[in-house]
Amino acid sequence: MPERLHVRKTYKLYVGGAFPRSESGRTYLVDGDNAALASRKDARDAVVAARKAQPKWAAATAYNRGQVVYRIAEMVEARRAEFKSLGVPGKEVDAAVDRLVWYAGWSDKIAQVIGNANPVAGPYFNLTAPEPTGVVGVVAPASLLGLVSVVAPAIVTGNTVVVLTAAPQVAITLAEVLATSDVPGGVVNVLTGHAAETAPWLASHDDVNGLDLTGIEDAELATELERAAAGTLKRVRRPGVTDFTADPGLAPMTAFLETKTVWHPKGF
Amino acid sequence: MSDLRSLLHGLPGVDKVGVEARAAALGTRSVKTSAKAQAIDLAIRMVDLTTLEGADTPGKVRALSAKAVRPDPADPTCPSVAAVCVYPAMVPVAASVLRDTGVHLASVATAFPSGQAPLDVKLADTRDAVAGGADEIDMVISRGAFLAGDYTKVFDEIVAVKEACGDAHLKVILETGELGTYDNVRRASWLAMTAGADFIKTSTGKVPVAATLPVTLIMLEAVRDFRARTGRQVGVKPAGGIRTTKDAVKYLVLINETVGDDWLSPDWFRFGASSLLNDLLMQRTKLTTGHYAGPDYFTLD
Repeated sequence: MPERLHVRKTYKLYVGGAFPRSESGRTYLVDGDNAALASRKDARDAVVAARKAQPKWAAATAYNRGQVVYRIAEMVEARRAEFKSLGVPGKEVDAAVDRLVWYAGWSDKIAQVIGNANPVAGPYFNLTAPEPTGVVGVVAPASLLGLVSVVAPAIVTGNTVVVLTAAPQVAITLAEVLATSDVPGGVVNVLTGHAAETAPWLASHDDVNGLDLTGIEDAELATELERAAAGTLKRVRRPGVTDFTADPGLAPMTAFLETKTVWHPKGF
Repeated sequence: MSDLRSLLHGLPGVDKVGVEARAAALGTRSVKTSAKAQAIDLAIRMVDLTTLEGADTPGKVRALSAKAVRPDPADPTCPSVAAVCVYPAMVPVAASVLRDTGVHLASVATAFPSGQAPLDVKLADTRDAVAGGADEIDMVISRGAFLAGDYTKVFDEIVAVKEACGDAHLKVILETGELGTYDNVRRASWLAMTAGADFIKTSTGKVPVAATLPVTLIMLEAVRDFRARTGRQVGVKPAGGIRTTKDAVKYLVLINETVGDDWLSPDWFRFGASSLLNDLLMQRTKLTTGHYAGPDYFTLD
């Protein structure tokens, strides 16, 4: 009997609910595994997928979005062994699952906390409610907890995201979790490769509404991206060095929310 | 009219596998940078900007006509489209905006989209549109008669509508999605050209299968062979389902490889489309600004 050949896995992109290779055909080696190397056109396609998914995801009830994010937590839990085999410590998987559950809970509570019934001098109800910003480009940190900590707050409020990451194994394994967690295709899109190559295209893209630079370590690049994002008045989040084990607070969610205020006559 | 029948049934059969493979192969060409910029501008100049909805209002038609003249208000170098295409009732509205702009005004007529009406109704429809200011008429053939083999009836209708058009150009819509076979597409093309069509057009856009590359390839071959036989050049207009710049460029490649430069002009080739224009404008903006454009920056209609 010849020895059985080991079937190795290629880590491909995650765009629109499918796992395509890069349109450029490029791959690169990461810790001995083949991964797709995303190009600017993959970023373009991912934005199209994210834009297409956004209205329906935003229109889903907060309760439903919370359930979906909770489902992600369940599925990460089920893949614990696989994450461990990629070198993610058990404690970090715990923290990632807890973080997902925490954000899932915020889904139908954030509006009560940051929304308001405003007192106004006139016969009106004046109500403020948060609404999702739209499509958010995210440069993600390499760790599982970091990745979850930037993706979950953006999507739980109704945004869709295009994630750039330099850690294909963990990110694409999480994408496989998302693909089996009732997350509609296109809500999260994952591109693996070099942020320096693809992030500028997201930053200047007219159809991207927000940019999260948490995963960018090169300060000069981050500044350049902020400048490019200013061309279309994107919301930009650049928290700098972050301790992901600490309580994240509401800032990661509120960074990509718009405030809608409605005046409604009363007293007829 | 046994001549007509023997002409149409004497045409060689279409090699289905061959034409689909040829169209698919030509669709893989990569057109980049300056060639792409030229292709985009040519495609914009070839667009028949179309709105054919029951919900069309004078306001919408006026806005669409203004967009046809200046598709990108932010960029004066952006060319106008070839024509605006509307229902006959909206022709006077569009005419008031398009007068002296160089943009043609096309109107569908002859009981569009089904064509199931008596001939005198179709002719009255056509005359009204021309009187209202349309200089191009898009007529539909009677697919029912064509499929039943009554070629004479279809032929006579086209001749009668052509006469009712006067000086207006006549585009004949074959509705290839309802013809069933590629052989029928080739026959209908020849039938329309023989009857005097200035353009042959694939579809109304109102049935599920609209313009496809193979069908357009067959029609391009038909106009090429027709010119070789009779000396008269006829234009081609694919319509319906062409939404992206990539699609449009595939059609331009198809023209270049099938009939050559003579048809690479808005006088001889048109795209019947509405959402295509915005994609062309976004790609054009991408080339001029260097970053990706978004749909929020262009008008919806």
